[in-house]
Amino acid sequence: MVILRKIFYFVLVAFVACLPLLSFATTSNDTVTTAATATPEMETAKHVAPIKGQGHEVENANLTEDQKSDSERKSHIKHHLMDSHDFTLFTYGEENNKHFGFSLPVILYDNGLHFFSSSKFEHGEGVAESNGNYYKINHHNGLVYRTDAEGNFTEDNKGHVTNVKPLDFSITKNLFMIILIGLLMFYLFRGLGKSYKQNGSIATGAGRFFEPIVLYIRDDIAIPNIGEKHYKKYMSFLLTIFFFIWFLNMFGLTPLGVNITGNLAITASLAVITYLITTLTAKKDYWGHIFWMPGVPVPMKFILAPIELLGTIIKPFSLMIRLYANMVAGHIVLMSLIALMYTFNSPIGSPLSFFLAFVLSLLEILVALLQAYIFTMLAALYFGAAVEEHHHDEHHEVAHH
Amino acid sequence: MEIPKIVGAGLVVIGAGIGIGRIGGSAMDAIARQPEATGKIQTAMLIAAALIEGIGFAALFAVN
Repeated sequence: MVILRKIFYFVLVAFVACLPLLSFATTSNDTVTTAATATPEMETAKHVAPIKGQGHEVENANLTEDQKSDSERKSHIKHHLMDSHDFTLFTYGEENNKHFGFSLPVILYDNGLHFFSSSKFEHGEGVAESNGNYYKINHHNGLVYRTDAEGNFTEDNKGHVTNVKPLDFSITKNLFMIILIGLLMFYLFRGLGKSYKQNGSIATGAGRFFEPIVLYIRDDIAIPNIGEKHYKKYMSFLLTIFFFIWFLNMFGLTPLGVNITGNLAITASLAVITYLITTLTAKKDYWGHIFWMPGVPVPMKFILAPIELLGTIIKPFSLMIRLYANMVAGHIVLMSLIALMYTFNSPIGSPLSFFLAFVLSLLEILVALLQAYIFTMLAALYFGAAVEEHHHDEHHEVAHH
Repeated sequence: MEIPKIVGAGLVVIGAGIGIGRIGGSAMDAIARQPEATGKIQTAMLIAAALIEGIGFAALFAVN
């Protein structure tokens, strides 16, 4: 029985570890030499082809085919990294025009509220009509623009779209997943909280897994960095941000194909919240160390003040960039490794790409946890600096030595 | 304009790599000397590595 269970666990873990592979394999074209279809990806290929293939049509016939599949793969990866207005799990059919997934509500503000289903966009290929206005998704940046009835975009000479862009409050794929994960976290941790009351201070169910993590954040992140006295008021934020980032990172590795923490807007808002909490709860000593650094000569204080002030903004900025770049880099490398299959297009390529992607998926699971940890740790460090009470005698001694 | 940018970003990434390598190496030394302090050393190592990593990513962003 024991052996059987171990095998079962092994198969289960292997399956979970392989899940990320599905997210690319299913959305991509199964063969490299797919005939030209009317998918938006191919249109980008058409943009590339005329420039490279000028003059030598016969010679470059094969090259453009290669470039076509190349840019197709690139646009697949780019498309995966972007937010989208519908939740497509995978694409199938001979011309990759059948989508499996569901539509999400689109809410636009453009001289009045427009509210319709994203199925009207027909996965970016259709023009949606709402209250006399026409809207279409630009497949270069995934944003909704107001267009004419045919869905034409106008571009300036730099390639920027000049169409009117309505304010977009849509429930996009990322927002949908954030709400879902928020509810999941609420369910899990409310259950953990309740189990203490009902069960004589012993966690039950999923709480048994999360309890040591919560304790770790309290005892090894919050208390050493913030201090016994003030740590309590920051605990809720630290726990929320840790589990939020961790859950989002982990969901990014599933075949759902969501890339939420790899979205600059989301990491930016997390960083802004961190910055606001640091600034608004800062004690006198924090500002004292920024504007009038103790223990240095007076001319130096004037030089240090702007640097320190800039430092307060750079800190959350680096939080934002670090999380975003790590997650985007992970996704790009993982998908590129899977795309090696199509690059090699030989019996050696597939196992190689599978093996590399498998190992990288395992590494990404570690990175998902590590980035959540780093974000929480640094946030705690900044909060700690904000509430720290300095012993001025110490500084005095340091200055005299 | 494009090439100096890329070379500069490459140099920054090399620098960040050396920095993280040194942090990792020093942490190894420290752990070998005082295995009982492994936890604290790892925490400090991760924070320092993360701060340097941020600079590396910022350079990559400048290129984009």
